[in-house]
Amino acid sequence: MSVNLTTHYLRLELRNPLVVAACPLTGSMESLKKLESAGAAACVLQSLFAEQIEHEEHEVFRLYEYAGDSSAESASYFPELEKYNIGPKPHLEFLEDVKRAVAIPVIASLNGTSPGKWVRFAKMFEMAGADALELNIYFVPTDPQWSAIDVENRYIEIVAEVANQIAIPFAVKLGPYFSALPHFAKRLIDAGASGLVLFNRYLDPELDLETLRIKPHLKLSTPDELRLVLRWLGILRDQLPCSLAATSGIHSSEDVVKALLAGANVTMMSSALLRYGPDHLVKVLAGLEQWLLDHQYDSVEQLIGSISRNRSADASAFERANYMKALVEFTRKGQWA
Amino acid sequence: MRPNRQTMDANEAVARIAYVASEVIAIYPITPASPMGEHADTWHAQKRCNILGTVPEIIEMQSEAGAAGTVHGALQSGALSTTFTASQGLLLMIPNMYKIAGELTPTVFHVAARTVATHALSIFGDHSDVMACRSTGWAMLCSSSVQEAPDFALISHAATLKSRIPFLHFFDGFRTSHEVNCIDELSLEDIRSLLEDRFIEEHRRRGLSPDHPQLRGSAQNPDVFFQAREAVNSYYDRLPQIVQETMDQLGSLTGRHYHLFDYYGDPQAERVIVMMGSGSGAVMETIDQLVASGYRVGLVQVRLYRPFDVAAFCAVLPATTRRIAVLDRIKEPGAIGEPLYQDVVTALYRQRASGPMDPKLNAAVIGGRYGLASKEFTPAMVRAVFQELERESPKSEFTVGITDDVTHRSLTVDTHWIVEHADSTEAIFWGLGSDGTVGATKNSVVIIGENTPLYAQGYFVYDSKKSGAMTVSHLRIRSKPIRSTYLIQRANFIACHQFSFLSHVEILSRAAEGATFLLNAPYGPEDIWNRLPIEIQRTCIDQKLKLFVVDAESIARQAGMAGRINVVMQVCFFALSGILPRDEAIRQIKLSIEKTYCKRGSSVLEKNYEAVDLSLKGLHPVTIPNQITSCFSQKPLIVSSDDFVQRVTAMILSGHGDRLPVSAMPIDGTFPTSTAKLEKRSIAAEIPEWNPDLCIQCGLCSLVCPHAAIRVKAFSPDQLVNAPNTFQTRLWSSKDRPGDRMTIQVAPDDCTGCGVCVDVCPARSKEAVKWKAINMVPKLGILERERNHFDFFLGIPDADRKGLDPGTVKGSQLLLPLFEFSGACAGCGETPYLKVLSQMFGDRMLVANATGCSSIYGGNLPTTPWSKDSAGRGPAWANSLFEDNAEFGLGLRLGLDQREQNVRRLLRELSNDLPQDLVRDLQMAEQQTESEIALQRDRVSHLKKLLSSNSNPIAEKLLSLADSLVKKDVWIIGGDGWAYDIGFGGLDHVLASGKNVNVLVLDTEVYSNTGGQASKSTPRAAVAKFAAAGKSINKKDIGMIAMAYGHVYVAQIAIGAHPLQTIKALQEAESYPGPSLILAYSQCIAHGIDMSTGMSHQKEAVQSGYWPLYRYDPRIAHDGGKPFHLDSRKPTIPFRQFAAREARFSMLSRSDPARAEQLLQLAQGDIDDRWHYYEQIANVERSLAGLIDEVHA
Repeated sequence: MSVNLTTHYLRLELRNPLVVAACPLTGSMESLKKLESAGAAACVLQSLFAEQIEHEEHEVFRLYEYAGDSSAESASYFPELEKYNIGPKPHLEFLEDVKRAVAIPVIASLNGTSPGKWVRFAKMFEMAGADALELNIYFVPTDPQWSAIDVENRYIEIVAEVANQIAIPFAVKLGPYFSALPHFAKRLIDAGASGLVLFNRYLDPELDLETLRIKPHLKLSTPDELRLVLRWLGILRDQLPCSLAATSGIHSSEDVVKALLAGANVTMMSSALLRYGPDHLVKVLAGLEQWLLDHQYDSVEQLIGSISRNRSADASAFERANYMKALVEFTRKGQWA
Repeated sequence: MRPNRQTMDANEAVARIAYVASEVIAIYPITPASPMGEHADTWHAQKRCNILGTVPEIIEMQSEAGAAGTVHGALQSGALSTTFTASQGLLLMIPNMYKIAGELTPTVFHVAARTVATHALSIFGDHSDVMACRSTGWAMLCSSSVQEAPDFALISHAATLKSRIPFLHFFDGFRTSHEVNCIDELSLEDIRSLLEDRFIEEHRRRGLSPDHPQLRGSAQNPDVFFQAREAVNSYYDRLPQIVQETMDQLGSLTGRHYHLFDYYGDPQAERVIVMMGSGSGAVMETIDQLVASGYRVGLVQVRLYRPFDVAAFCAVLPATTRRIAVLDRIKEPGAIGEPLYQDVVTALYRQRASGPMDPKLNAAVIGGRYGLASKEFTPAMVRAVFQELERESPKSEFTVGITDDVTHRSLTVDTHWIVEHADSTEAIFWGLGSDGTVGATKNSVVIIGENTPLYAQGYFVYDSKKSGAMTVSHLRIRSKPIRSTYLIQRANFIACHQFSFLSHVEILSRAAEGATFLLNAPYGPEDIWNRLPIEIQRTCIDQKLKLFVVDAESIARQAGMAGRINVVMQVCFFALSGILPRDEAIRQIKLSIEKTYCKRGSSVLEKNYEAVDLSLKGLHPVTIPNQITSCFSQKPLIVSSDDFVQRVTAMILSGHGDRLPVSAMPIDGTFPTSTAKLEKRSIAAEIPEWNPDLCIQCGLCSLVCPHAAIRVKAFSPDQLVNAPNTFQTRLWSSKDRPGDRMTIQVAPDDCTGCGVCVDVCPARSKEAVKWKAINMVPKLGILERERNHFDFFLGIPDADRKGLDPGTVKGSQLLLPLFEFSGACAGCGETPYLKVLSQMFGDRMLVANATGCSSIYGGNLPTTPWSKDSAGRGPAWANSLFEDNAEFGLGLRLGLDQREQNVRRLLRELSNDLPQDLVRDLQMAEQQTESEIALQRDRVSHLKKLLSSNSNPIAEKLLSLADSLVKKDVWIIGGDGWAYDIGFGGLDHVLASGKNVNVLVLDTEVYSNTGGQASKSTPRAAVAKFAAAGKSINKKDIGMIAMAYGHVYVAQIAIGAHPLQTIKALQEAESYPGPSLILAYSQCIAHGIDMSTGMSHQKEAVQSGYWPLYRYDPRIAHDGGKPFHLDSRKPTIPFRQFAAREARFSMLSRSDPARAEQLLQLAQGDIDDRWHYYEQIANVERSLAGLIDEVHA
């Protein structure tokens, strides 16, 4: 007896709900092929960082202009190279190569902080053959003059711009830090996004105690992080007619099952694959299939959202009381005695 | 418009021909020829093919001599080979040139003719280099313009193959090599049709091969050498005809007809100038004007100078010629006349002797010198020459372009006489090197030259500074080809791109009446007038200028291009000049931007486009009042009590060096030191401000300051009696001097704002870590206050050297720097070493300085940073050549040693007349410490007093030499191009000599001064000019080579990584009585780094093991001692981490990721292996025999 693992995400039919999130593994053709062989249903390529591209272009510009034409003996201090591989071209060429090399859908990822350049890059991805797009909007509002609605409007502006210009479906990868996430999520979908990816894990600062400087720091996720995702999957599933992807803390087949139960159409994995390698997918997929068999499910579609907020036995369990209850239970067990 | 019309300079035009006509190109950087090699290397990296369908091999050699040798070898193998050079470089090729010509080997050397160093180095143009090659047996073909340069390059390549005579093809350095002009480019078909296969095949067949073995280059005895030398005569006899045929061939293809000698002017001219080179452009313009006024004058342009075809020369002279002035761009002291003059005289004589009598052959001939080292040569000077020819008794030997008030050979020139061009736009743009003015002007030339029926010419003048350098761009636009080979004299458009220039530069001195004056200023049209100095206002009114103002900096900033005002100013120029309709101009500017910056990415293009679109909105006309309202004048640049400095240095500095007469100049190139401090360039936007509360008195800020613009003093509180109220001090933390105060002071007008001091400051605020004890702040807010502080600071007595410990960072920084305020690049990695060296040993050092960056910021007029202490002592500095610096320094040492031996002998001879203890102490004195040296100086002073009253003749001799009893250090200083490459043979020999010299290599790992060409110090994986594909070979370990001698003190240092080790190494090297070699890591703008963080890069260079620190001291090499000591720790970070922060490495990862990865891995392997090797050496015991102190023996 077998179960149907097929799922749908961003109008794409996927052979199973295991998608590889944007990570170093999706930046290498070799590992992408391994991931496909191991069972990945789709992959999100490494992000193109709009600001980084601009920064690099300007650094090369500055390098050649700096001290140029200021001395009779040296009009420049660096040889002009034939090409610099700056700009989106290498990224787009890689996307085209991946499309030729693998059969699974390929989702391009675009990362940025400000409106303006998104449409141009999104169209480039579409032209290069991406099956779908993931917008990774990253913006830390530091100005006290900026209200929550200002921040949200900035996101909506970007999404609407992209939706107007490209035909392929796209999802927005969000952080969890919104005052009224369901309202905002609905606005994103209304603006044209086909799905949401919950949640982005941000590069948070770390302090170096010797140099007293701030340094970037990113740790691999742990399964505990999934619980925040589960909550919002459960809450959003019944209220939004869109694709939902769970990411952050998907490490095992059990995590996959939980995310699907809460409402995810797909689960996205990166930390576990970085830790255990592409073949980890084989184990997760087998575990998922076995769980479905053991629990007499016919298909993944059957599973998706079956414990969403509306379909769970206790809707309030996704709300604040859930946390309180857990706290009470811990206390009762005498953890703090 | 012709389809093959291009705009470029002669260097590029010539390189294009040479590249496709060659298989092996040996190169070496030298100004102004370097760009030819750079172009060739870039095309090689792009795998461009020559006419034979192969990619030429480009090989950088260790010197021009090496390049010539390589070419010689390549030619002997049957390959087509060429090289590019100039000046001293060409002189180094001469031995091979004799060989190549003697073997009748076809090749072409392309030479951007440049002055040969005499009393001074000059990078500029004249014929002293090429004229030194007259007797080599090479054909010499001279191009006079940018168009002729590629034409004659091709003629040379074709004619050499046909004739077997090698060709020296030359054109004037800078005036032609760097002038951007419109040319009709030769097509590949043209080139192929002139370079005939049969001649190439013949050359190949003559190549050496074991398949048909031959011997070439034999040694010959008196019996046959002479005859063999004469055997080539027929080849030279045929050559003029071959050249003419080739010229005709080119003429039939292009319509440009040249002859061995070309005549220009009135067919019935009586007065004729004979000359070659770019100056002929000015002569032709003058002739046009004079002939139009009825004067019968003309010009003979010499094309083929060697062999000199007498008949052809005499044939082009008009029959009416009565007087001839031969102009030579060279001075040959002691000769009857300069070379061309002598040739012309001889030619006329010979023609008279060999043919029927022709009156023109009896023409009187006079000879004149002009244009040495690119001295301006203008129509007014040409007119003066023609006027001289008209005089009853013209000077037989004259100069033109200078005022010779000593030997009175110069002609009087009416400088107001100019050649008018009715349709000419003549624009001058004053800018800073960093603001893109030159680049924008070059683009304007291209826009006009390639997209309109008009012709455009660009020429660029730079000052001598490497930071804050002023540039003056001259742009001419006309409807006919432009041959004005001199600077614009009357500009109808003047743009000042930097408002600060108005305070001291005569921006408007060349403004024509009614000219447009475009000013970039932070003021609007209503406010600007009263911000102008009186002199500028006066010219605006008197010359009826049309003034426009634009705040280009704000517009550039708005477009995200802060500091890059070039685009804004270019748009305004086109809008105001009306060269093109505005919309068309903007379209063309955008196309030009796309062409120039297409590789830089779309965001760069967009920002430039935005700057274009914003520009005209900010452009405003200014109504000029009819009277001067300003209340301030332009400031003199220098005010000095020194007569020479005031008369000479100040004139040069203010841009009026051309006005100085011969009598003002030193006869032997000797100049005073301590002059950079007079400049007060005030180029920084931000300067450091000291916070005494946070300062920990480490001295690092002062130590690393590349410009000696941050000083430390410790002093008694009594010194503060008259201190300004705001002058800050804090308690000096020293056990020896309790109660003393200290201060750290910036020299606000001398600081370049590089920020290196802030980068290294370790003291941070506990409350806000971004604040250090030194912080960069906007200069204008604190300028006046800090000027007052610095003036007061200078008045505080310098520390007494005797009481200091120069062996610590803190102690060394209390010593007065005797190298201060250099014009080196902001954040220069070399100058901190020189500064600390001058602090430690400046009062007793002689510097032999190799040509390069350090000789330019150290010794390029008008000023020098080398300075003197209050006793008048300081470094004595000299530059001989690039290649001979070690030998030159050794000569200084040997001379000093001779003086010392002499003085000791005299002292012994006179010992009976002197106190015995004084004689003994003078002879036996230890002079290792500051106190010991001070004591010896006191003894010498005492000795001099005694000698002055002694009538013994020996006493007089001893008196003149007595100072030689005080220790003198010789420091041989130069860059890696000198030490690793061109000067290595000499350096090796000097180290081997065992003599007491100290060699300091300021290792930037590239030829920095000429623009960052690779040297043998360039590391593997780095991209540099001449290594555009990334250097594939590991750098030379010159330290280990020197160590192999055993007796050489060797240290590798990095002042930013380990300041104390640097100081220690300098001390040890100085105290070591034999040769020492110090390799000093010196960051450079050619590394592609943020120069404010240069010292941090040094730290990472050391942490990664890329630059291990060590000292090898032969004094320890005895009794089981281990003389090699590693001063840095085992690498803690991978090379990749260090490399990622430097564009020289990381650029390759972008352009060629696969090769970059391969090279990075190999480079890591180099580092790992070297570290392992050094660790082993650190455990090696040595027992060396030591050196003999011959002076004291």
